[in-house]
Amino acid sequence: MLSKGLSAVAVIGALGIGTLPAQAQTEIQWWHAMGGELGQKVDALAKGFNESQKDFKVVAIYKGNYTETMTGAIAAFRAKQHPHIVQVFEVGTATMMAAKGAVYPVYKLMKDHGLPFDPKDYLPSVTGYYTDSAGNMLSMPFNSSTPVMYYNKTQFKKAGLDPESPPKTWPELEAAAKKLQASGVKCGFTTGWQSWVQIENFSAWHNVPIGTKSNGFDGLDTVFQFNSPLHVKHIAQLGEWQKSKIFDYGGRRSDSAPKFYTQECAMYMNSSAAYAGVKANAKDFEFGVGMLPYWPDVAGAPQNSIIGGATLWVLDGHAKDTYKGVGAFFNYLAKPDVQAKWHQDTGYLPITLASYELTKKQGFYDQNPGTDTSIKQMTNKEPTANSKGLRFGNFVQIRDVINEELEGVWAGKKSAKDALDAAVGRGNEMLRKFEEANK
Amino acid sequence: MEKRVVFRSAWLPYALLAPQLVITAVFFVWPASQALYQSVLLEDAFGLKSQFVWADNFTALFRNSDYVSSFGRTAVFSILVAGLAMGIALLLAVMADHVIRGATTYKTFLIWPYAVAPAVAGALWVFMFNPRIGIVAYAMHSFGYDWNHQIKGEDAFALITVAAVWKQISYNFVFFLAGLQAIPKSLLEAAAIDGAGPGKRFRSIVLPLISPTSFFLLVVNIVYAFFDTFGIVHATTSGGPAKATEILVYKVFNDGFIGLDLGSSAAQSVILMTIVILLTVVQFKYIERKVAY
Repeated sequence: MLSKGLSAVAVIGALGIGTLPAQAQTEIQWWHAMGGELGQKVDALAKGFNESQKDFKVVAIYKGNYTETMTGAIAAFRAKQHPHIVQVFEVGTATMMAAKGAVYPVYKLMKDHGLPFDPKDYLPSVTGYYTDSAGNMLSMPFNSSTPVMYYNKTQFKKAGLDPESPPKTWPELEAAAKKLQASGVKCGFTTGWQSWVQIENFSAWHNVPIGTKSNGFDGLDTVFQFNSPLHVKHIAQLGEWQKSKIFDYGGRRSDSAPKFYTQECAMYMNSSAAYAGVKANAKDFEFGVGMLPYWPDVAGAPQNSIIGGATLWVLDGHAKDTYKGVGAFFNYLAKPDVQAKWHQDTGYLPITLASYELTKKQGFYDQNPGTDTSIKQMTNKEPTANSKGLRFGNFVQIRDVINEELEGVWAGKKSAKDALDAAVGRGNEMLRKFEEANK
Repeated sequence: MEKRVVFRSAWLPYALLAPQLVITAVFFVWPASQALYQSVLLEDAFGLKSQFVWADNFTALFRNSDYVSSFGRTAVFSILVAGLAMGIALLLAVMADHVIRGATTYKTFLIWPYAVAPAVAGALWVFMFNPRIGIVAYAMHSFGYDWNHQIKGEDAFALITVAAVWKQISYNFVFFLAGLQAIPKSLLEAAAIDGAGPGKRFRSIVLPLISPTSFFLLVVNIVYAFFDTFGIVHATTSGGPAKATEILVYKVFNDGFIGLDLGSSAAQSVILMTIVILLTVVQFKYIERKVAY
């Protein structure tokens, strides 16, 4: 039986692939960082694409968290064993872009294979992050989110605040936090991803630069500027609030989430993609979603917020015809119904305007109030050079530097000015090193 | 009279040594030379462009005051970890050596933690000490101590020390117990008859007789504290808050595997390797003299 099967394969092989084109399915490897439930959603996307056509088969492989996936793909590239597609988080963007010989830009891939592709179909504030200064889209947006503010409606009611209108500005937030504390809540608010929310998005939301050269978009010789008086004022204020627990630091990444879940803090700033997690954990209270607060004395605020999350990068060096399959898969991902489902299931932003419209038409936002806050905030105004995104080399390490310095402020060991000056100085050193390595 | 075997064959001694030499070459000499080579290069993450930069990676490190300050931190951490892990293990081994009923059960429980991977151990400690949902943190709060290793550097440092010590106690325990059990009972009994109390017996007979074990463990524990603890730091504090738990080996891991800065990471591992080699030489040259085999 087995030998019969083998000989049949041999015969097909001898006949040559050309005679049986329908049988020759080209495999496309896709390395991603979506574990758990999100991983199942990713598998469903690959399955959906594989069933929609016969020529290509996308194989989705989970490679650990974002850092592990990226370093894994890079190590594989060095050993010439790399996948076709790899999911890379936003702070790895500059590293990927600088790798000219390793990356196959998406716009070029689409053009080379004559596939339909119009960058205008995509949300500009999403694609802006992954577009070069000539306007070419280099990677395929996949899962993007933006920070929003979750708040505890039940505690708001108890404190005599309007549960339907969360504070819009920082002074309003301070007043609300004091009322909440007076009603017995321990802490006003906490934040996840402090660098992303309180420095990077804070800058974009107030239309001030994080660094020169359009936040690094226009060249590797960029220099950090997030020690401006406005930044110092904000961080100093948070440091001051830390003492009275109007603000309470809860650790790096999303480690602060339990503070909100256990109702210790009444407000919580973190990714819009945390919606599903908040919903699952907010068992004894109602919650709402508001926009990030802003300082009302800053002209032009609020501007628009920027994204986090990841995109799909194509790695070069495989047979030419496999890339046609990659392009077809990307077009499948961008289909309105596929994208709308991904957006609704996960809380990530819809990357195309059509999928946003479709979601609206399906009544999803009416049934799940607050889920469109992220999109409204992203598209609040036309993005400027300060709010298009950021592109800094070695940014994974620079975020650690920012974390360290901010922690010094929260512990009361450093003034906001000293901490931000030190973070800028140390960050600039890392930028120079990146510039040197990618000359 | 000394007995000495002389090989007449020219190749046999080399052939017998070969397996060990191959292992040393493959698992030590080759990786170490790669680290040396990598440490003088500046390379992008993909390895597309690479330039020879002499000792720039090293000078950059020593210009960085944060790096220099992590030497002191690493020294304190290593001494604490080696000292506590050996001290507690010795105490437990002495106790377990005296137990008669249920001795195997005690021993098994004491050896168990060694089977736990460092990252898993780290995750366990993170849960127990989480300032909000951790059971140990909760207990400390009720005693009036505001435990918060996410903001307080001292708390974070204590956390990684405790986690690293806990992980190593089992290993030390096994060796100490074996050492204790190898001591002839007749010696201790004779001393007891001569009127030596338990403390005196321990100091004059037990300690000298287990000194080879202690010396071996000292070397192993120092190497453990220097090289093997990054998993615990990674899983509990990521070097934070504000660098309070950034020990040398964690920075090697973080810069190389998270930050993809291979040149600097290699330079740091060369420095770390040098330190450990020096420490081991010192231990063998000076401390080993006091060891009675």
